[in-house]
Amino acid sequence: MRALLWRDIRIGIRAGGGALIGVLFFLTVVAVVPFGVGPDLNLLSRIGPAILWIGALLAALLGLDRLFQGDREDGTLDLLLMQEHPLALTVLIKCLAHWVVSGLPLVAASPLLGLFMNVEPLAIGATTLTLLVGTPAVTFIGAVGAAVAVALPRGGLLVSILVLPLAIPILVFGVSAAYAAVEDPAPFLPPFLILTAITLLFSVIGPVAAAAALRASTD
Amino acid sequence: MRLVAENLGASRGGDPVFSGLSFSLAAGEALIVTGPNGVGKSTLLRVIAGLLRADTGLIALERDHGAEAGVLAENSHYLGHRNGMKRELTVSENLDFWQTFMVMEGDAARMPVADACAVLNLDHVLHLPYGYLSAGQQRRIAMARLLLSHRRLWILDEPTAALDLAAEEAFAGMVNRHLDDGGLAVIATHQPLAIARQATLSMRARAQDEGALS
Repeated sequence: MRALLWRDIRIGIRAGGGALIGVLFFLTVVAVVPFGVGPDLNLLSRIGPAILWIGALLAALLGLDRLFQGDREDGTLDLLLMQEHPLALTVLIKCLAHWVVSGLPLVAASPLLGLFMNVEPLAIGATTLTLLVGTPAVTFIGAVGAAVAVALPRGGLLVSILVLPLAIPILVFGVSAAYAAVEDPAPFLPPFLILTAITLLFSVIGPVAAAAALRASTD
Repeated sequence: MRLVAENLGASRGGDPVFSGLSFSLAAGEALIVTGPNGVGKSTLLRVIAGLLRADTGLIALERDHGAEAGVLAENSHYLGHRNGMKRELTVSENLDFWQTFMVMEGDAARMPVADACAVLNLDHVLHLPYGYLSAGQQRRIAMARLLLSHRRLWILDEPTAALDLAAEEAFAGMVNRHLDDGGLAVIATHQPLAIARQATLSMRARAQDEGALS
């Protein structure tokens, strides 16, 4: 299993920047917002955490369809399906590797992009922390969508649409936790803990559902 | 150890491809599946590998006294049309991965990656990215995977496509050694293979009178 983790991370880094594309998309989304809403620093700093979260969510959705498609195209998926290892565990490991390659760079880039939006340091910290906890959930849910759409040659957008409704709670609680860190009356901990719970829940449901979808999709 | 199929039938996209197929293969034997394109050879192999569900019938690996000997898929190597290797990784990274991933704890009979490649005369390309190799070399590396971990049944779908004569011979030697060790093999092919103990299953286009076993 550790071998699979390392292999997927290595491919993600080497395959010509799957990781980089997500970060670039994130950068693009965040960079155009100040041009769109105008140079009102107070407004920017107020909407900053939300824009960061939306940008990260879209960037995370962008690369999801590749989760199983590469393995399917070269026949690796057939072999993964035939092994003694529980398939759900294999999927979980693939999700973790995918998150390390495409989710973690988004988290790492968010403080810098927060500066673009004139977000204050505490809010930047809160946003980065919520992204760190919340983006794995996007990957786990996305695995289900990616598994359902694995047989479709252009499944990318379909995956995003399938996954988006389920990703909304992550966005809601992520953004509210980030805001709660700076706005006084709202408590930070409850939405943050709910976000953590969502991630843990989907880390169980996602791989199991994705494994079932992969088994059903063989042809 | 026997591979037993009874009244096997499968379909693709709702259309039946073959039905009523029965055969039995003893340890040390290879089943050569022949027939024209589209007759269902690959489908049969995918059914055996557990990648497609059979519509009717069953297939299992049985011990000599009739008990089932583990899950068929977990005791099989499957080499399909696609090689299951990553173009971005080097040959040795690819093979190392499959070896670590396929050999379960406590299993024996693994061959070092370099030795497996030497069997197929490819030990000089270990450091190259897999994508740089020619089609025939890629196929041979995929074959080397069969040697990395011991599995009783080899399921090979047109293994010798794109191979030169020397590689074909090396491949036949590999299969013969596997059979000598008490292994089984199911091979779909269009080319005659120099395999010692083989039975032939010729599939015909008509769905009713499938499977003349000779």
